[in-house]
Amino acid sequence: MADTRHDPLSFVRPAGPVIGIKPLAPSDALATPLDDAPSAAPLSSNPVSAMALSANMVEMSLPGRPADRNGPNTTAARCYDARVTQSGPILGSTRLTEEQVLLREAVRVLADERVAPRAAEIDRDGAFPEDLRRLLAEQDVFAIPFAERHGGLGADLLTLVLAIEQLSRACATTGLILAVQALGATPIQMAGTPEQQDRWLPGLASGEKLIAFGLTEPDAGSDPSGIRTRAVRDGDDYVIDGGKRFISHASVADYVVVFAVTNPGAEKPSRRLSAILVETDRPGFAVTRVEHKMGLRGSPTAELAFDGLRVPVANRLGEEGQGFAIAMKTFERSRPGIAAQAVGIAQGAVEAAAAYANQRRQFGHPIAELQMVQALLADMDAATEAARQLLYTACAEIEAGGGEAARWAAIAKLVAGDTAMRVTTDAVQVFGGYGYTEDFPVERMMRDAKITQLYEGTQQIQRLIVARSLAARAPAL
Amino acid sequence: MRILVMTKPVPDPAANAERLGPDFRLDRGASPTVVNGNDEYGLEAALQLVEALGGEVAILTMAPAGGVETMRKALAMGALRGVLVADDALAGADIPTTIRVLAAAAQTQEWDLLLGGLDTSDGAGGAVTAGVAARLGLPLLSAAAHIAPDEAGRKVRVRRLSAKGYDLLEAPMPAVVSCTQALGTPRYPSLKGIMAARSRQITTLSLADLGEGLLPAGGQWPSRVVGVQPPPSRATGRAVTGDAASQAREIADYLTAQRII
Repeated sequence: MADTRHDPLSFVRPAGPVIGIKPLAPSDALATPLDDAPSAAPLSSNPVSAMALSANMVEMSLPGRPADRNGPNTTAARCYDARVTQSGPILGSTRLTEEQVLLREAVRVLADERVAPRAAEIDRDGAFPEDLRRLLAEQDVFAIPFAERHGGLGADLLTLVLAIEQLSRACATTGLILAVQALGATPIQMAGTPEQQDRWLPGLASGEKLIAFGLTEPDAGSDPSGIRTRAVRDGDDYVIDGGKRFISHASVADYVVVFAVTNPGAEKPSRRLSAILVETDRPGFAVTRVEHKMGLRGSPTAELAFDGLRVPVANRLGEEGQGFAIAMKTFERSRPGIAAQAVGIAQGAVEAAAAYANQRRQFGHPIAELQMVQALLADMDAATEAARQLLYTACAEIEAGGGEAARWAAIAKLVAGDTAMRVTTDAVQVFGGYGYTEDFPVERMMRDAKITQLYEGTQQIQRLIVARSLAARAPAL
Repeated sequence: MRILVMTKPVPDPAANAERLGPDFRLDRGASPTVVNGNDEYGLEAALQLVEALGGEVAILTMAPAGGVETMRKALAMGALRGVLVADDALAGADIPTTIRVLAAAAQTQEWDLLLGGLDTSDGAGGAVTAGVAARLGLPLLSAAAHIAPDEAGRKVRVRRLSAKGYDLLEAPMPAVVSCTQALGTPRYPSLKGIMAARSRQITTLSLADLGEGLLPAGGQWPSRVVGVQPPPSRATGRAVTGDAASQAREIADYLTAQRII
């Protein structure tokens, strides 16, 4: 299994104050050329199956984390100086730091007072909530996953996840704004040169600029080996032709990280792609369609067409042929963001259902006193808490740099997504017929929950990753 | 422009968990605390003035040592430093003592304007800010809806809420201003503000740092709470139904019977 200390795609962690945990093994170098072992997981050595494994409908998705932070040892950090993975749980591994609690509380207040009152309207209008994007910018919420030297807060993955969870508890569309920003920025943080980072990250940290992540194509979802978008070198430029589909925020973003084939003749399919940052105001870039979706209706999901789109070679992130590895490593940090969105949606549904059950009277009593309703509510609460604690542990494991980041990310997203779907469905049940109407928020939450089982890798892809990881660890008898 | 804002930690009205102890004093462990509303309006106004004119905003609090937590919320909004007067001997302090202590503490700082709430949501005495002005012998501009220092920093003008609109007051600085909701909505602390507040300085002063004569002679508060009664519950209202003409008649009959009309 890959040792992240030598993983060229690990985050660089310059010195600086830390919010949250300290990684186990800070890497001190970045974009050296990829070695032959696809880093993402202890998967098959067959690149095609590895690809099918971890790729997926990525683009509609999410977050990642900052290129740096980390630095002096902190008290909070020390409780993570051991792996939870197979050596037994570490007590306190998901205790939040004081900073994390403060930031979570601040985001919770914003979510309750400013986001929640807009949620139904955003869903009804289906328009991207510019007002809430400005709110997230003004209050430094976008800054969470960015390094201080880029104007960020230098927070860790768990802190980002706490913020996405709180926003999604009120409005899943708004939670996704932060998640997609972090997702799109991750390839820059991971594989960008210092010059590229200085050029693009400050605008993303301030929220002045938005970024999207463009991997999926009409015929390349779970299997990115089907990507057809080509980037052909022409002097100091690439000329990009092709298109993308299901790209969250692409119609409102200033940048899209486009994954395109630059090395069609590469021996390994996993070495065909490169990641190229495209400014969306370049000639040849067009939004050809915005999807009408079941949920997340305020979050624009766009189809893109590239027609002779010229982009400087200086916009390429990492080396030619590293695109696939960059995408897979990005998912290790972005899937927890989707899991956080799912946990947030579930929590919102639990709270709405419990409040309704206390107030709704049948048979002369609040229905919260009926055992069958109590059982529903208890199972919803327990499942949500279980998904949350799994997610927090996954964040700690991923941040600590153990070798199983892909597995942790997949498990967290798998469990959280399925939990959100079940919990929101049961929340509608608690509301009865009222829950099926737009007068109450749970039908919206149920529609929003569904996407968490689909994007950032379908649940089937997550299971594939987990199963492959398990098979690789199991001794042959 | 240097502005000192008096900020009192009070039970969060939104939590609805305020409770009194057996001595009728506030049970400080019962409820989360926030900066008193009228103080927070003053803080917002102070921050806006400093953003426009330059200078700094500091905060002054008299509270038990745990008041630091609430002061961090004010620092997160943008105040640069805090002064906390905390002393066990001040537990249960009455209004005159609070005035003497805050006035003495304010004199340890340099400022052009001293702001405080018109009243507080827990004690509601409504006398402290005015009392501090009197104790310091400075002008009081009360019930402010707008605060405008002149460019030269010599005078300040305040719109004072009145029954007919507002009065325009002017005084030389330094001066004391009591603040109201009409000053405008306080900002949310930004996440960077919250992080920065953690390292901002809060100086703690005890009574010994403030000199003699602040406590009442004999060590007893001249006034104390001897009993607490909830307000009587309101009588059930009376609904007037029917068509408009009969409703009007019924209301007119009722008001006539009550000798109101």
